[in-house]
Amino acid sequence: MGLFNRRKDRPATSERAEDGQPAAASQGHVPLAGEGSPDAHDAPGAPGGQGGGWLASLRRGLKKTADLLNTDIRDLFKKQGRLVDDEFLRELFAILIKTDMGVGPAGEIRDRVQRDYRGRVVQMDDVLQTVRQGIRELMAQQDEPIAFAAEGPTVILVVGVNGSGKTTSIAKLAYRLVAEGRKVVLGAGDTFRAAAVEQLTIWAERIGAEIVKGPPGGDPAAVAHQAVSRAAESRADVCIVDTAGRLQTQVNLMKQLDKIRRVVGNQVPGAPHEVLLVLDATAGQNGISQARGFSEAAGCTGIVLAKLDGTAKGGVVIPIRQQFQIPVKFVGTGEKPADFADFDVERFVAAMLPASSDR
Amino acid sequence: MFDSLQEGIQSALKTLRGKGKLTEANMREGLALVERSLLEADVSYPVVQDFMTRVTEKALGKRVLLSLDPSKQLIGIVHEELVHLLGPVDPTLHLKREINILMLCGLQGSGKTTTCGKLSRLLLENNVRPMLVAADLQRPAAIQQLHVLGDQLGIPVYSEPGAKDPVAVCQNAVRKAKEQGIKLVILDTAGRLAIDQELMDELVRIDKRVQPDQVLLVVDGMTGQDAVNSAQAFNAALELDGVIMTKLDGDARGGALLSVKHVTGVPIKFIGTGEHLDALEPFRPEGMAGRILNLGDMVGLYHEARKIVDAKEQAELEQKLAQGQFTLDDFKGQLEKMAQPGLVQRMLGLIGGPMKELNQMLQSEEAEGSIGRTVGIINSMTPQERRNTKLIDPSRRSRIARGAGVPPQAVNQLIKDYERMKPVMEKMAGMGAGGRMQAIRELQEGGMLDPGGRGPRIKKGTGKRLSTKERAKMKKQREKDQRRRRREERPQQP
Repeated sequence: MGLFNRRKDRPATSERAEDGQPAAASQGHVPLAGEGSPDAHDAPGAPGGQGGGWLASLRRGLKKTADLLNTDIRDLFKKQGRLVDDEFLRELFAILIKTDMGVGPAGEIRDRVQRDYRGRVVQMDDVLQTVRQGIRELMAQQDEPIAFAAEGPTVILVVGVNGSGKTTSIAKLAYRLVAEGRKVVLGAGDTFRAAAVEQLTIWAERIGAEIVKGPPGGDPAAVAHQAVSRAAESRADVCIVDTAGRLQTQVNLMKQLDKIRRVVGNQVPGAPHEVLLVLDATAGQNGISQARGFSEAAGCTGIVLAKLDGTAKGGVVIPIRQQFQIPVKFVGTGEKPADFADFDVERFVAAMLPASSDR
Repeated sequence: MFDSLQEGIQSALKTLRGKGKLTEANMREGLALVERSLLEADVSYPVVQDFMTRVTEKALGKRVLLSLDPSKQLIGIVHEELVHLLGPVDPTLHLKREINILMLCGLQGSGKTTTCGKLSRLLLENNVRPMLVAADLQRPAAIQQLHVLGDQLGIPVYSEPGAKDPVAVCQNAVRKAKEQGIKLVILDTAGRLAIDQELMDELVRIDKRVQPDQVLLVVDGMTGQDAVNSAQAFNAALELDGVIMTKLDGDARGGALLSVKHVTGVPIKFIGTGEHLDALEPFRPEGMAGRILNLGDMVGLYHEARKIVDAKEQAELEQKLAQGQFTLDDFKGQLEKMAQPGLVQRMLGLIGGPMKELNQMLQSEEAEGSIGRTVGIINSMTPQERRNTKLIDPSRRSRIARGAGVPPQAVNQLIKDYERMKPVMEKMAGMGAGGRMQAIRELQEGGMLDPGGRGPRIKKGTGKRLSTKERAKMKKQREKDQRRRRREERPQQP
């Protein structure tokens, strides 16, 4: 219950939480702001880096996450060393569960800690290292940027449940591709939701991308077809096709995604080159069902983890990676077009759970 | 893992039946399963801990009833406690005589604007004509979206294109509503993060200046552990009056609702169960408790089933059935109702773990396709043929098959299905609810509801009664055959 009480007043007292950690700081822990500098140096070398701005926004987005996770872990080990007993493991489990990684992975990590440290009095860094290693192993993946087509337009299909942030993510992705000097055509395939087409149109104007629209209530596959044709005609580099939000249990709507796939596949060999599932970072365990449903129907090649700027942690990508091998490709960290970053496991884990030895 | 919580607890408490009391020791395994199930349903961790303590206290020392399966007893306690925590029910909006202002708030993408439309539709059904106010000045095209909804429903929408200050928009809207004598105003605010102080302050300003009568928080049914944080922040800033949970038409178990209820303490008003504007239902804690525990919601299923057939049609059908006039046209009508778009999904959302096979059956493509095909076949028949299937001879059959684009066997299969169903339906017409359930069960056991399965054999009279002499003759013949078979088998034995 102690954990619960602390959490209650956290939103209002983030500074106080830092002040309350003199012991940890004297052990050598520097607040997050200090961590920005070494990372900022390698930012220009990162693919698509916009002068470290995107990194900073990722860090901002994850800061809240880091604060919570880090603070709680440090609370666990306040007295330098602590006996790894049932209570200790329960507290660790609670912290892991709060990341939305789910009972399975959290249990695995807890068992791992239990196996390695049972009955010992441990140092903070040892256990932190194990936990980070556990998450890193679960999420191990190569850097997989967008697989651009060798010839013709690269077709990217964007799918997800209602309100996950598809349209905004498309806008951000398009903004980024345009900034990289690519020509982008958007396909407004959400013909169902009121004013969804208008929403994407406004974004297209702001970004400077061409947009192909269909009539409201029209066939999204037809819009996709037109958009891809337009992209091919105008020798665009990338065509991003929006789709209406749908729940993974809606069989007919899921079949529609398959139709869109087939239609664009007939136009451009190998298309769609990427099928991105937009996942709300606040989503809980239903994210697993979403990943299953959408990868079965549309063959997802990657995840965009949207809305990672709140207190949510998006830990559900861990079981998704475990079960379906779908990598997270991008993270959305705000409302502005530039709030969009490549997913990087090291940084994700580090920002989630900074260790004092890694500074 | 177990498919359902029920199975899991059943196996954990197998040995307990009729033995003494529930103690912490003998419940441990069962309670661990309950805890896991709640976490998997996205109930926030501290809320789960609190809940488990309460349930353990309630269950401790309860005698295990001889008559009752201990697992059912434990689930019963858990379910009851969950219903208790999710309640009390209050789906009213407490409208006053003069103007009422409702404010919807929530995170981005939780479904505020769609819920505005759904609420309006519900109010229209109750003869209240609301005005929608586009106070979401953040998201591109949010204003247009509200206008489209307003046009669909035929209700006024107030917006100020190019406006920067949502507080002013809301104030002007309320003024205008008063002028026009509109009784209810719904404010659609922008989605925001609970930690974005600036935007939260803006909400507080609207709250202070416009003084809404009801502030409703819209929560995405798929939310995870973060639900506690955001609900707490919204509640602290605004003093919520109610909660609406959306997107419960899928397979999300909606455990976040328990978290939200736990931290805010305000009643849960409605749940959104579909994309269409009529998919907003008053909240029922029993159904939600079943859903969170993955036990299914049979009451909801019953309501849903009732909604498909309106009372008048039902009465007509009953009469026809009672007179033995259930024709292929009626059969088609029933099938078409089942094939209603979205219906199966809504039903699916209500069916929990224990009904998995039915769930899969409804979901299978075959089931959907076969309804369409069956309707097609019936459409290819003449009215006479629909009334009397005996008319259908091979030539008519092949004409029907060509018309519907199916092999002639499919026509046969349909006629068979229909003839199998007809006596059952006619029998059902004269029965009460219990008898009906029994009849449906018989049908189910016979595989009627399984599209690929064979139907039950229905006993039919042979049309003539055998005389004693004939029966003796048949018996003799049977015995002779048996002897011959035995003779033939013998040489093959070593």
